[in-house]
Amino acid sequence: MKYIKPIGLTLFLASLVFFTSLLFLGQFRLTDAVLQEAVSEEHYPILKEELAPMIGETYDYNFTFASDFNAYFGAYNDRLRIEGQYEKVIWDDYAFSVTKAASIGFVADNKLLLLLLTIVAGSLGVLLYVLPTPQHKTGGLKQEGVYHSSLKSRGWVGIVVGTYLIAFYVLLYWFAEYITNWVLLADPVSIALSGNQASKWFMYGLIYTLAILVMGVRMFRKYRGNKYQTLRTASVMFFQLAFAFLIPEILVLFNKPWNDFKHIWPLDYTFFFEYRVENMLSSGAIGMFMLIWGILLVIIGVPLMSYFYGKRWYCSWVCGCGGLAETAGDPFRHLSTKSLKAWKIERWMVHGVLVFAVVMTAMTIANYFAEFTLLGDATGVVHQWYGFLISAAFAGVIGVGFYPFMGNRVWCRYGCPLAAYIGIVQRFKSRFRITTNGGQCISCGNCSTYCEMGIDVRWYAQRGQNVVRASCVGCGICASVCPRGVLKLENGPEQGRITDIPILTGNDSITIHQTVRS
Amino acid sequence: MSDNPEKSTSKGRKIVIIGNGIAGVTCARHIRKRDSAAQIFLISGETEHFFSRTALMYLYMGHMKYKNIKPYEDYFWGKNRLQLVYDWVTGIDFEEKTLQLQQHDSISYDTLILATGSVANKYGWPGQDLQGVQGLYSYQDLEQMEANTISCKRAVVVGGGLIGIEMAEMLRSRDIPVTFLVREENFWGNVLPKEEAQLVNRHVLEHHIDLKLVYELKEILDDGTGKVGGVVTSAGERIDCQFVGLAVGVSPNISLFKDTPLETNRGILVDEYFATNIPDIYAIGDCAEFRTPVVHRRSVEQTWYTGRMHGETLAYSLTQKPVPYHPGAWFNSAKFLDIEYQTYGVVPARWGDELQSLYWEHNEGKICFRAMFEADTKVLTGVNAFGLRLRHDFFDKALRNGSTIEEVLARLDKADFNGEFFDKGYQQDIVRAYNEQFDASLPVHKKKGLFSFLRS
Repeated sequence: MKYIKPIGLTLFLASLVFFTSLLFLGQFRLTDAVLQEAVSEEHYPILKEELAPMIGETYDYNFTFASDFNAYFGAYNDRLRIEGQYEKVIWDDYAFSVTKAASIGFVADNKLLLLLLTIVAGSLGVLLYVLPTPQHKTGGLKQEGVYHSSLKSRGWVGIVVGTYLIAFYVLLYWFAEYITNWVLLADPVSIALSGNQASKWFMYGLIYTLAILVMGVRMFRKYRGNKYQTLRTASVMFFQLAFAFLIPEILVLFNKPWNDFKHIWPLDYTFFFEYRVENMLSSGAIGMFMLIWGILLVIIGVPLMSYFYGKRWYCSWVCGCGGLAETAGDPFRHLSTKSLKAWKIERWMVHGVLVFAVVMTAMTIANYFAEFTLLGDATGVVHQWYGFLISAAFAGVIGVGFYPFMGNRVWCRYGCPLAAYIGIVQRFKSRFRITTNGGQCISCGNCSTYCEMGIDVRWYAQRGQNVVRASCVGCGICASVCPRGVLKLENGPEQGRITDIPILTGNDSITIHQTVRS
Repeated sequence: MSDNPEKSTSKGRKIVIIGNGIAGVTCARHIRKRDSAAQIFLISGETEHFFSRTALMYLYMGHMKYKNIKPYEDYFWGKNRLQLVYDWVTGIDFEEKTLQLQQHDSISYDTLILATGSVANKYGWPGQDLQGVQGLYSYQDLEQMEANTISCKRAVVVGGGLIGIEMAEMLRSRDIPVTFLVREENFWGNVLPKEEAQLVNRHVLEHHIDLKLVYELKEILDDGTGKVGGVVTSAGERIDCQFVGLAVGVSPNISLFKDTPLETNRGILVDEYFATNIPDIYAIGDCAEFRTPVVHRRSVEQTWYTGRMHGETLAYSLTQKPVPYHPGAWFNSAKFLDIEYQTYGVVPARWGDELQSLYWEHNEGKICFRAMFEADTKVLTGVNAFGLRLRHDFFDKALRNGSTIEEVLARLDKADFNGEFFDKGYQQDIVRAYNEQFDASLPVHKKKGLFSFLRS
């Protein structure tokens, strides 16, 4: 029994090393046939000429192949730009698709086997590592050793993991042609689901979903006996697997637009973009349903659900970003800063992003109805900047890459426009609050420490005041880690929701005096 | 700021508080709320800033770091003009109204509030001053415990109370084998009724803590280098160990006032207004001893909550109008390893015919509930809950209003403070237990559905 954990850890680390080393394995050869398949008919003759030195060459490294491709491809475009022939410049991103198609040899020939030996074996390793965790039958769990762990307290292991995650995201978003071998691994799964080759986003979705599922199992172990945590975790696991991963691929299988029905604007910032709307409008009844469903969620679903249950119904029960934060991110939740200063920055940033998203969408829609006479291509530029700054850099690189540095909810706290929107509802028009139990707080600080959103829960608890905050995602961990049973998530009448108690329950000295006086 | 405590811009009276624990800090905060002009000084040599003493164990166990157990950010003190003096007080001149400090210049006061807390008890055991033998109360104690347990193969903890079980839990979190010597027949046997105490006994054993009941410490042995090498129990048994935790209670920290005009007994003697025998000097928190204790309460109150209430009350008296200390129903809480404990009102360890007791225990033996009530009137006197969270305000009102046990049981759902989806079946079980034990026929409310929380 006592060997299971070390075996799991070894298996995980070995899989990770192997997975990483895949980037340096396999061979790449661009043939005429590969090129013809990978690029459009229009570009094929041009690229055939431009890439002539590469064709038939065998490259031993992904890196050299992609570098050469970028060099030749870039040289062509540069030449056109110098000559002022902008209309001939090729804007399509062929580096990834060509590199992936050119892959031959070890990795390309053993996709399924390598998938099993890396991603699947790694998942298995994590399961073996987390399953033998000592069981805590009572709900109020302990967080033993969290600050003794190098991984969880910004030690060198944490720094290495954070750096790895950041590198992963940078490669994924901007240099995908260098990680084609990883994407190849996802081909067997993608083909089985939708019949298509895996895109980099499919590979990412696969790893993302596995991370939520495997680390969700860890949550079941860690919070054993706490039904709120168990159900909440099961919920994010379900929504990720079904809504974010399987259903969209099944839609694609039936030639319908890829759609995640739980992804809500403005988190889903492209929802009202021309190509999305047109795609939905041209997909018959189901496309129309997607459009109406998406709009109804924004204008009725969010306010209504948030009124009754607070932000949590989405952020810690449904959302994919929340799903990853609550499972894979759980070991890092205490790293969020609780300072007042951070709260001030957070409010400006998160609402700033909301304004950005709303303005961008309004521009897009206005432009659409004005048939692009209003702003022309300007919206496209705004879209690109939002995509780069907010969606890729903020939500991806910082949002997940910074787990080991700033906690697991950096994106949700400082950047998510949907969280900002729901937060406004929660703060001003909701039945949700975290109540405190009279005078029982001992100011120990477990609640604040383990609040992933950086709320200083103790500040409220020690004054016997209800926690009513826009940012609270209702994960319930503060109530779980409280050693004295002081905190409880509740939905109740709006009246009396925001409290201010000058003297805590249990001391009658002053209240009695006041009654006598009045 | 702490470098020059005398410097102050405000012109108000000068209130100096010795001790920056929960009592002193609460008092300072509440004085500031109602008196903007007062110059308020908080002196402590233990730590520069206020921290939660009850959370010290979590530092050792790695739940938190020191900065996490500070309830206020460091800017708080300056913002509220609470001047911190990080130093030990070495003497008090009551005539001149001046305090001598170890490192700073002396400091004068108009009003002096003593909130010096406690020190761990030592009962004169041979070897009690060896290296590796210690109590756990202060921040320095915690630092010492870190150092003392670095290469500890086995530890012995003496004293079956709250600090004892905390120390045992701390040591176990680092996989150090622990022998836990408890003088009574059960853990915390002088406070908990037998059933509750035995529930904790079982849980302690489940955590692989070697619980030895009805064992007393006789002697602590030197390993030959001035460090502890073992203990001898009253039964003559020798237990080898490298660490001894002494958790046999705490006493008011009053050494500073020895041979001074300040009247002390076990603690600093105060009246119901926290006034000592010397004008303008008050004592609150662990260090105070009431000349006449409040009914059903001890003369020295040593909990976090009482310290806080003392501070609230004295601050009100000093800023508004003198009010006597009048606490409401007693309440307390603790966590015994994984099992949370809450109590409201009076539940004695043993009782006579004047009281009756309703006791229910979950079949897994980790959750229980006890309600004590007067035999003749059925008026509730108190409850104990283990593994259940109960609403403080509910019981505060019920006890104040003299509700009967049956009235309380009929509204037990309102008393629930457990998390959503917690199995509320215990409420019916408790009512059934009452019906069985007292031959009554209270209606057993139907169990609410899985999603009942949606309607609340």
